[in-house]
Amino acid sequence: MSAAAPTVELPIAAAAAQGYWTGVFRRLLRDKVALACALVLIAIVLAAIFAPYVAPADPAKGAILKRLQPIGAEGFPLGSDELGRDMLSRLIFGGRLSLMMGLSPVFFALVIGGFLGIVAGFVGGRTNTVIMRTVDVFFAFPSVLLAVAISGALGAGIANAMLALTVVFIPPIARVAESVTTQVRSLDFVEAARASGAGAFTIIRVHILGNVLGPIFVYATSLVSVSMILAAGLSFLGLGTKPPDPEWGLMLNTLRTAIYIQPWVAALPGALIFVVSISFNLLSDGMRSAMDVQR
Amino acid sequence: MIAYLLKRLGLVIPIALAVSVVCFALVYLAPGDPLSAVVPSDASKEMVEELKKEYGFDKPIPVQYAVWLGRTLQGNLGQSIATGRPVATEIGSAIGNTLILAFAASLVGFTLGAVLGTIAGYFSGSWIDKAVSAIAVAGVSVPHYWLGMVLVIVFSVILGWLPAMGAGPGGSGEWTWDAEHLKHLVLPAFALSVIPTSIVTRTLRALVADTLSKEFVIALVAKGLGQGAIFMHVVKNVAPTALAVMGVQLGYLMGGSILIETVFSWPGTGFLLNTAIFQRDVPLLQGTILVLAMFFVGLNLIVDLVQTALDPRIRRT
Amino acid sequence: MTVPLLRVTDLAKRFPLKGTLFGKGGVVHAVDGVSFDVRAGETLGIVGESGCGKSTTARLVMRLIEPDEGRIALAGREIGHPQGVALVEARRAMQMVFQDSFASLNPRLTVETSIAFAPRVHGVAEPAARATAHDLLRKVGLDPARFAGRYPFELSGGQRQRINIARALALSPQLVILDEAVSALDKSVEAQVLNLLLDLKRDLGLTYLFISHDLNVVQYVSDRVMVMYLGKVVELGPVERIYDSTAHPYTRALLSAMPSMDPAHRTEAPPLQGDPPNPINPPSGCRFRTRCPFAENVCAAREPLLGALEAGHHVACHMAHAGSGHSNAPAGAARAA
Repeated sequence: MSAAAPTVELPIAAAAAQGYWTGVFRRLLRDKVALACALVLIAIVLAAIFAPYVAPADPAKGAILKRLQPIGAEGFPLGSDELGRDMLSRLIFGGRLSLMMGLSPVFFALVIGGFLGIVAGFVGGRTNTVIMRTVDVFFAFPSVLLAVAISGALGAGIANAMLALTVVFIPPIARVAESVTTQVRSLDFVEAARASGAGAFTIIRVHILGNVLGPIFVYATSLVSVSMILAAGLSFLGLGTKPPDPEWGLMLNTLRTAIYIQPWVAALPGALIFVVSISFNLLSDGMRSAMDVQR
Repeated sequence: MIAYLLKRLGLVIPIALAVSVVCFALVYLAPGDPLSAVVPSDASKEMVEELKKEYGFDKPIPVQYAVWLGRTLQGNLGQSIATGRPVATEIGSAIGNTLILAFAASLVGFTLGAVLGTIAGYFSGSWIDKAVSAIAVAGVSVPHYWLGMVLVIVFSVILGWLPAMGAGPGGSGEWTWDAEHLKHLVLPAFALSVIPTSIVTRTLRALVADTLSKEFVIALVAKGLGQGAIFMHVVKNVAPTALAVMGVQLGYLMGGSILIETVFSWPGTGFLLNTAIFQRDVPLLQGTILVLAMFFVGLNLIVDLVQTALDPRIRRT
Repeated sequence: MTVPLLRVTDLAKRFPLKGTLFGKGGVVHAVDGVSFDVRAGETLGIVGESGCGKSTTARLVMRLIEPDEGRIALAGREIGHPQGVALVEARRAMQMVFQDSFASLNPRLTVETSIAFAPRVHGVAEPAARATAHDLLRKVGLDPARFAGRYPFELSGGQRQRINIARALALSPQLVILDEAVSALDKSVEAQVLNLLLDLKRDLGLTYLFISHDLNVVQYVSDRVMVMYLGKVVELGPVERIYDSTAHPYTRALLSAMPSMDPAHRTEAPPLQGDPPNPINPPSGCRFRTRCPFAENVCAAREPLLGALEAGHHVACHMAHAGSGHSNAPAGAARAA
């Protein structure tokens, strides 16, 4: 009753199977909103990197007589701030600090939190409990409060603010990493890998990481907008950058009293924070959709 | 059921303790000698020695923690360096204002969010849904302190309809429920409500859309159940999670109001925190953070218990 | 007497349940004192309802879970024993094919990478491993030119299961454990894969441990069958005897639950009575007694041991063994089980 095992015919053309990421990338390119956001972000990042070449004036040079010029005033395309410095140049240079303070904490939290979560998820048992309970303690604080508390205790300064924010973001990333790793670990192909005698490091490297880094990374990108807002917020409170550094949050702070004189100039730095933040959010949403449409 | 209650309470205690440890440790994070953090700069030598003994800085750290914990549980949160008044008093007078602000923002946020989210969920996929989603994304992405500034620009500076600062006329700290004070509440409450509104909208939209697409609802429609009755079914299904999200958001509003309170000079705990930071008033900083964190922990516990009470599935375990 | 390829003795695994502050911790006796042999070249089928412990037994044999008690010996050498065989070596000799064909392949890896993984782990160089993978693909009926570079999400369920089989064969094992390997497939595909398994067994001289809840499939592929209930073996014997001379009431009930296609052989045995018992607190004595139409006092008092009948047929039931005290037991003195 046993015929020879038939060779299975496949109607699909024998084109080589596309990689998973190629598919994601293609879908992302077709998403117009995500594409627009990506372009906006690239433009802002490039402007920040090449600030000395892009900015029309020296961000530190100000003339008191020219303070608080409106948008479109001569020599000040976006107006001038309370010390007479060119807003456009300060905004461009401000991008450097604001972006760095917003992006770095998420990056560091991704590395540290990701590591903790993956280890907790893979090893399980006591290790998992210890790591996740410790993480939970920090979850007991609202993020703003925790950031302000750590930053306030450490004292003002860019490094302190970045440290505070990193601590704020490690717990959520660790949680997501642990959750995803636990799910992947219980899948049969991981059991099969164990059954073939592979060691823990090999299994993590070959089987776990590839399936886990994607979702963790996408989650981390959704945190960037919060990070930018919080970082600027810390500077707004005086806990981050110090004057005369150009940074969007700090600029909002120093321009606060200027709202009675040049309201729209005073609002500009916040508008930029908003633009960057919403672009990151929409891009992150787009990435998530591109990765979902799969089966 | 009682067993579950007690178990949950039991879980809260370690977290509360851990939170207190973190708050206690804040003093040690501060650069410099922890003693200098709690002692006013113009203190006399005797006073320094006295404070040293009182805070127990001459003893090992775990003992210091125990002493601090003991004092705190009795309601003694130390003395503010700046004003010299007990920290507990300062917090006491400020927390009422923050509660008012947080509740106002919650009211706006949850109502608006629930309505928008439910509408979007019902019309899932249509332009209404897309519009609401766009608003929600914008709401989550906007720096609320900047929004506060913009609101002040529009409604105070340009239009002059609403006041820009303070909780009452003359920037007073006392609250009464009259029209003047309510006018001061409008802008900060609205600015603060943007983020919870967006989150509640998103959550409810997802929940409602998901519930409506579930097969049991289609079965109800096939049975001929009217729209009103179906709506009640949806509400019952969605309520536990929605309430949980709202509860957590309320917690965030309490703990995260510092930025809005700074923008509007609203005399709440956030404003107090701000002052404490600037004057390096560590006891005040520590005390305020402890109280706010405990509020958050307590709120999460209540949310958890309410959710259990409402969701028969969880109750069974 | 030749040494069996696999000998399992007194295997036991208990899973503790998380208790609340007020007790209600308990233990699930997933596998409780299971012993059996598998002879080289045969197919031993394991059947039972969900939760009877058959999948747990498979994972215990594969050492994916650590047993609480019991010994497992491969070709006479105990696994993990200093004079026996080391676990790593044992892993080369035993492999497993899982049920859910989608979660059983890493979606990020190509088919050939998945198959070649095990040889690479054991030190085989990349080109040789890939050649082995291609060879195995051919053996399971898939053309390497078309399939080697594909990803799991591009394939059908039957194709993925063939790849799972190929992966299991990559280390040239002697024993292959098939845990519900065809249960998730459509019937027509199932037939193809079963035939493939039989061919491979013949061509490569394999031994199978075939776990399934589908009694028809088990009858088709097995030489001997073992029936499990609530963590214990209730009946074990050649396939013809199990299906035609059923000795245990549970087996009879299982078989009678299959709708009969033959009007001449209508199902007549009484259906199962009572509720499925709690695996945390199994009934005393014979675990099946709460649902057995023939239960008597002796069934609650003493647990029946797996005793031999004739022709390699064993059953754990008081009714089958003389001198047990059951009214239906055959006459005669009790024999040593």
